[in-house]
Amino acid sequence: MMIAEFGHYALVLALALALVQASVPMIGARKDDPALMAVAGPTAVGQFCFVAIAFAALMTCYVRSDFSIVNVFENSHSAKPLVYKLSGVWGNHEGSMLLWVLILSVFGALVALFGGNLPARLKANVLAVQSSIAVAFILFILVTSNPFLRIVNAPLEGRDLNPILQDPGLAIHPPLLYLGYVGLSISFSFAIAALIDGRIDAAWARWVRPWTLLAWMFLTLGIAMGSYWAYYTLGWGGWWFWDPVENASFMPWLAATALLHSALVMEKRDALKVWTILLAILAFSLSLIGTFLVRSGVLTSVHAFATDPTRGVFILAILVLFIGGSLALFALRAPLLKQGGLFAPLSREGALVLNNLFLVSACATVFIGTLYPLALEALTGEKISVGAPFFNATFAPLFIPLLIAVPFGPLLAWKRGDLLGVAQRLVGAAGIAVITMAVVFAMEGGGPILVPFAIGLAFYVMAGALTDIVERTGLLKVPFATAFARARGLPRSAWGAAFAHFGLGITLLGIIGETQWSLERIAELKPGQTISVRRYELQFDGVTTRQGPNYRDLAAHFTVRRHGDFIGVMEPSKRSFPSRGTATSQTALMTRGVSQLYLSLGDPNADGSLAVRLYYKPLVLLIWFGPVVMVVGGALSLSDRRLRVGAPKGARSKAALSPAE
Amino acid sequence: MTRRQRRFSLIGAALGVLALAVALVLSALKDSIVFFNSPTEVVEKHVKPGTRMRIGGLVKEGSVSRGEGLAVRFEVTDGKRTVPVAYQGLLPDLFREGQGVVAEGALDSTGTFRADSVLAKHDETYMPKDVADALKKQGHWKDDYEKKLGATPGGRTQ
Repeated sequence: MMIAEFGHYALVLALALALVQASVPMIGARKDDPALMAVAGPTAVGQFCFVAIAFAALMTCYVRSDFSIVNVFENSHSAKPLVYKLSGVWGNHEGSMLLWVLILSVFGALVALFGGNLPARLKANVLAVQSSIAVAFILFILVTSNPFLRIVNAPLEGRDLNPILQDPGLAIHPPLLYLGYVGLSISFSFAIAALIDGRIDAAWARWVRPWTLLAWMFLTLGIAMGSYWAYYTLGWGGWWFWDPVENASFMPWLAATALLHSALVMEKRDALKVWTILLAILAFSLSLIGTFLVRSGVLTSVHAFATDPTRGVFILAILVLFIGGSLALFALRAPLLKQGGLFAPLSREGALVLNNLFLVSACATVFIGTLYPLALEALTGEKISVGAPFFNATFAPLFIPLLIAVPFGPLLAWKRGDLLGVAQRLVGAAGIAVITMAVVFAMEGGGPILVPFAIGLAFYVMAGALTDIVERTGLLKVPFATAFARARGLPRSAWGAAFAHFGLGITLLGIIGETQWSLERIAELKPGQTISVRRYELQFDGVTTRQGPNYRDLAAHFTVRRHGDFIGVMEPSKRSFPSRGTATSQTALMTRGVSQLYLSLGDPNADGSLAVRLYYKPLVLLIWFGPVVMVVGGALSLSDRRLRVGAPKGARSKAALSPAE
Repeated sequence: MTRRQRRFSLIGAALGVLALAVALVLSALKDSIVFFNSPTEVVEKHVKPGTRMRIGGLVKEGSVSRGEGLAVRFEVTDGKRTVPVAYQGLLPDLFREGQGVVAEGALDSTGTFRADSVLAKHDETYMPKDVADALKKQGHWKDDYEKKLGATPGGRTQ
């Protein structure tokens, strides 16, 4: 019965350890005292253990349906399936903050365990900075969002989790997203440690890049997963709404993508140091801003924020402290960092700078679109909504030049590139693009010119991504076996870049297909009637009711025929949850290749007819398949020997680092 | 190229992209934002018919009526004023009388708001009022609920 108190106590102990970890190693690094610096490792692991105990305690309360805990009472129900009892732990404010802190401590512990070859001083500073973030957020939980509070007279039954969240998506999406979001804290800590120490070299980038890459991979998957979840759960087939909550995760992604690329320049050419540090700070700052937006209540209403400001003001204070503090430190220390490696504007470095410029500008427009309405409401009281039209008008024009430039980057030589030569090598890719454009244009029979252009652009990006690999393996010139052998010999990071860029093209193709060719049919059907889209005909056979563990399901049965041939059934349903008095729509999806039929239910009418919404979504699965390919690219790059976390580094890097010991 | 020329071309590129971004943002802010009004503001500001906007409030109890072919009419209220809304299409799951709603569209000449999209406002900690009162009686109460209710735009009944 004391599990909640036990968890609470563990969290307090984690705070105490975090305080030690945030201060002692840093003092050690200053005084050059190895014993004090060595405190960082064990405290990081200990902090992780205590946070994990606290998290496990809360999870146990959920599994046992202990409704004497307010948090469990408000968000759980005894009849809820186990998977939602587990994932329900982070389906609410308090629990999700605890998950945030858990992941923060996981990353700290990973650096402590796998950072054996880090210079002691850098490691001590990194872990101390990492822990200062933990101090702030554990304090936030304990003071404003304690998940372990009790109710005096325990209710018999809980209020259940919001039905919309009772979905496998909840089990996967927030943890992935947080792994990405919070994972960026590592590159932030490295950046601050470098600034504190006043020294930074190419080896620094070699450590930061894998961590950023790892966080970026999780963030990519998390965003894609969230998008797919919104797509099938909301019932109107949208997969991206430019909603502030989505933007809150997208901004760190853009910054992290820029950081990955600039860290590459720093690692290879020892250039762009100051910029890379700034990006590392910005990327995590955007994560913090995202946390603030989502967790302070400021999004639902500025007034809500004003009436109950405790949480919001606390997170705002954390924001000001960390973002303001790190930028101030940056302003003080950055001029001390020596600039290295010169390069011509037309070079791979130049291309990566261009990449960074566009990504950061795109990120800035998203930032303005997300925060402008909040600022305007706070200042003038005027309420506006900045929606898709704004972002389409700003984000797309900034991304198109970037996409055109993407294939050029990997083909340009370091230091000084030959633009004309690269353009000649991309003739093949451009040719494919032009042919695709012509084919699409002919198929469309006119229509907006933008569609064939965009499809052509997607094919150009994909073909361009493969150009480097095809050339280096000599695929079209030498026997296949030779090309295969050469392909195996290529560095994994080259494959990584090709996959990641290819994935970008795939996503683009999916986005164009879905937005331009999607078809919608809405109708009210009585049993026996049909609704059709493209070559598909759906016949409504009737409804049945089913009883689930904590809901009732009203399922509609449809027989799907294509050109009159039976190809399957679809069963969308309306699920009502008596504990909350609310209902959700369960969409039925039928996958045809990479396209989908999408069927969702409206309300049943008094006359026995049923409102349905049917979509044909061409190429829609590519939207989420693209990010998966990007992540495979990230994993390939991560497995490159050069980057492997904890792998022995070459003699050169050791030598370069020795002065820091 | 000299070092100065290199630096100059980099800064030039940066300023170019930045200028592009600023121009895009400014033009988009002019054209593509939509103002949000409560029913009281719609009435008091005398918003012209045809102006795109969002209105938010509670769906008035007993006001929902359905017509032919997915047409639906309801009234949005903020406790002081109400605005009639006409919409054609499927309503979101959480749409219900007495609940918060946001509609986007424009007023027609008769003063009816023609909505082309309807969003039901919801929140992860929605709680029926009687449960909230019960919790209050138990002496255990987080101000969360009122905050969240205030979150439904029109829920701020004065």
